[in-house]
Amino acid sequence: MQKRATFRNLWLASAFIAPQLLLVFVFFYWPTAQAAYWAVTLEPAFGGGNQFVGLENFRAVFADANYWASVGASLLFAVGCTAVAVGAALVLALFADRGLRGHRLYRFTFFLPYAVPAAAVGLTFRFIFSPDAGLLAGINHVVPGLWNPALDGNDAFVLVLLGQSWKMIGYNFVFLLAALQNLPRTTIEAAAMDGAGVLRRMWDLQVPLLTPTLFFLLMVNITDSFVDSFALIDVTTHGGPARATMLMVYKIYLDGFESKDYSLAAAQSMVLMALIIGLTVIQFRVVERRVHYR
Amino acid sequence: MSDIAIRGVRKSYGRIETVHGLDLAFGAGEFVVILGPSGCGKSTLLRMIAGLESITAGEIAIGGRVVNRLEPRERGCAMVFQNYALYPHMTVAENIGYALKVAGVPKAERLRRIAEVGRSIGLDGLLDRRPAQLSGGQRQRVAMGRAIIREPKVFLFDEPLSNLDATLRVQMRIEIRRLHDRQGVTSVFVTHDQTEAMTLADRLVVLNAGRVEQVGTPEEVYHRPASRFVAGFVGSPPMNVVDATAAGPDTVTFGGLQLTVPPHGLERGARLAVGFRPEDAVPTAQAAPDGPVAAIDLVEDLGALRLLRGRLGGADVVVQTAAGTRHGRGPLPLQIAPSAIHLFDAETGLRLAPRAVRAAAA
Amino acid sequence: MIERTPLVNLLTHLVLVGGLLVLLLPVYVVVVAASHDLVAVNQVPMPLLPGHHLWENLAVAWQKGNFRNVMLTSVIVAGLVAAGKVGLSAISAYSIVYFDYRLRMVFFWIIFATLMLPLEVRIVPTYAVAANALEPFQALFDLSGLSVTLPRWNLLNSYSGLVLPLVATATGTFLYRQFFMTIPDELAEAAKMDGAGAFRFFKDVILPLSVTNMAALGTIMFVYAWNQYLWPLLVVTDQNYATASMELGRLVPSAYGEAPVWNTAMAGTLIVMAPPLAVVVVLQRWFVRGLVAVEK
Repeated sequence: MQKRATFRNLWLASAFIAPQLLLVFVFFYWPTAQAAYWAVTLEPAFGGGNQFVGLENFRAVFADANYWASVGASLLFAVGCTAVAVGAALVLALFADRGLRGHRLYRFTFFLPYAVPAAAVGLTFRFIFSPDAGLLAGINHVVPGLWNPALDGNDAFVLVLLGQSWKMIGYNFVFLLAALQNLPRTTIEAAAMDGAGVLRRMWDLQVPLLTPTLFFLLMVNITDSFVDSFALIDVTTHGGPARATMLMVYKIYLDGFESKDYSLAAAQSMVLMALIIGLTVIQFRVVERRVHYR
Repeated sequence: MSDIAIRGVRKSYGRIETVHGLDLAFGAGEFVVILGPSGCGKSTLLRMIAGLESITAGEIAIGGRVVNRLEPRERGCAMVFQNYALYPHMTVAENIGYALKVAGVPKAERLRRIAEVGRSIGLDGLLDRRPAQLSGGQRQRVAMGRAIIREPKVFLFDEPLSNLDATLRVQMRIEIRRLHDRQGVTSVFVTHDQTEAMTLADRLVVLNAGRVEQVGTPEEVYHRPASRFVAGFVGSPPMNVVDATAAGPDTVTFGGLQLTVPPHGLERGARLAVGFRPEDAVPTAQAAPDGPVAAIDLVEDLGALRLLRGRLGGADVVVQTAAGTRHGRGPLPLQIAPSAIHLFDAETGLRLAPRAVRAAAA
Repeated sequence: MIERTPLVNLLTHLVLVGGLLVLLLPVYVVVVAASHDLVAVNQVPMPLLPGHHLWENLAVAWQKGNFRNVMLTSVIVAGLVAAGKVGLSAISAYSIVYFDYRLRMVFFWIIFATLMLPLEVRIVPTYAVAANALEPFQALFDLSGLSVTLPRWNLLNSYSGLVLPLVATATGTFLYRQFFMTIPDELAEAAKMDGAGAFRFFKDVILPLSVTNMAALGTIMFVYAWNQYLWPLLVVTDQNYATASMELGRLVPSAYGEAPVWNTAMAGTLIVMAPPLAVVVVLQRWFVRGLVAVEK
């Protein structure tokens, strides 16, 4: 954690750290404090200072069935996206790592979706899954009305879930492949000498040794599905139909900017923040323990 | 236990050939050490025997069966890797027993054999540990155990001792040799350390730049090196080699000095290299006329012996003397018995055999 | 390794080709849809091969989305974020790693903890700050009882507003910190023996060593900034500062269900996704390296 050779030039040290501290204060800590303040106060209808109301805002949020619906949707979304994106990336990485003909092409292509802006992902998937044009519309010709994300909440949910997963597969693939290639080659060779075939080695050796990376990706994917899904929702479903895709972050945005209810939005922000902090803390706890294998 | 036959084996990576047609035969139960500097192709050869590396040309047969196309698991070889290659997420017992598990050996049988092997290599009480909790020597034992439990036809060792400290290296070296003497399994051991090679081998294969320099017992390789390369590589410190010219059928000269050698039928004026071991150069009080005199400029005291370093006939030479001798810097007249002198062709670097020996052999 | 595993190899190829198709399919669909006229694109099933109207649609979308302005803004913003981030993170990480002062670890954790506070979560108050960036300081002065009146500094509809909050994040600082920790101590000691001070060591040793890291971070931040959607949507109301990614949302009717003009919408999508894809394709090595380095 600490360098043996350090410098003593305090002026330079302060000058170098100051800009980031200022930015972090203005754009991270102040707004967070502000959110905390709003979360426990209420703005009176006829002006004047904010009035302290304790946990009243939280009580209002928690009493709202819509809120719990959005929490449920977010959790389902997180679990679904993570399972699809990490699972698919794991399979692809394990096979790409075999280095058969064409593996360079795969390595090069698989992570490209991650570079696509979420808004573009949203529009693309909206077209592909549109009920009356695009790739899936054919279904409706066979069975009319079977697929319509504009009307059916489940369809809409699947649409955004696949969009988010598609984007994250490439990201996960990069990490998993890098981790696989860092595994000592002789360990794999030893297993081959011990008689384990390709698939057996994947299951007995490579997957267990990837655990730290898998865990890291699990956390990143969950967090990303919580926060980064905003653009995707905004260009596809707007949280609908019938709130089926109303994820927490989108609800906060709507409550804050459309309904201008800062207090409720702030209370929800605090909950989401707590969730993300919790995930990060868990991640660090486990990451510290991973020294174990090495 | 199986014999191994290597016939015309070559290895290329793309256009670059690193192993140039090796022909070797290892007897069943033999302990063969492949010795050579790094990059000489020794590990590649071992990995080709194991099936970890494909064979570009030629063939390898184990126990009379050509294995070129066989997978590693079908060849009946077990291997100990330089970095041990233990499975970090498995316990010692799981590491040792993995091959049996893959082979579908029932659990009870497996546990029995793991315990047995654990006892035989001194890992009792450590079977539940993970590799990360073991010392270097213990990891080395686990790697050995993993190889032993499969009761292989051939043991392959890829520089298994080079990650250990000096004391442990000697200890493990002895254990490996004892293990071999007990079990009698054909073993191929790759190393760049000539002490390891000399002490372990029934037979040594000296490899250089993808070619065999010499095959023989350690004694043969030490006392009758087949080439200038072997002479300079085997022995610690290695043999002194000085460029020289033939002055007669049994005389050579270098730097104005003369040396009598056994009859080689030398042609006058032929260019050669003269070799002698540091311990075969004996300092004398009285220099023979035109006899070799080394200019000593450094004395290294190793306790049991002293090394006198200097120049002779334009080459760096080392003279080894017993401890307690009082030779210092300055000119040092040497006496070298003709029988202790090795001659090599200056062009090919190959050993020139003395006439008498050749006549006796014929 | 010698392995005769035709079945597993076949499976491998099937899985990988399948993955390739699934991952590329959406991009392909965009290209196909962007190259047909309105009638063709709305056919069911949609045409599977590209048509002949690509340039025409791109031109229409370019016009409709005001992409001449918007792309320029995005390039400026993404460039500024990348440059700002590369510079800012380098110096702050240097301060944290190479100096020994009491608040070092406190600052480290202050910056580090921001990783747990994504913009999307504190969006409303951050917007409030953007309306007057000096407000936090004003509030601090008010609290401390000093009667100082700072001017207002409105970041809405400005490059500063688009750039600064994105530059503030901690990811880059971490990348550099991890990298600095791998630089051997002996290097700093040697520099000290040679008489170099903190600044010289930074300029003559650390910066040249960091070039790869800078390229990696720059690539990542460029793409990250380009792809931002929510923040520009909030701080920009003036068309002159609209970014490409946010502008994309306006190419389709917001009400779900109404049939959009898909061919030009997909042409717009293509335009917006092209620059980050190009950056990643060209600078792939650095992008991947930077991405993976952040983990450790």
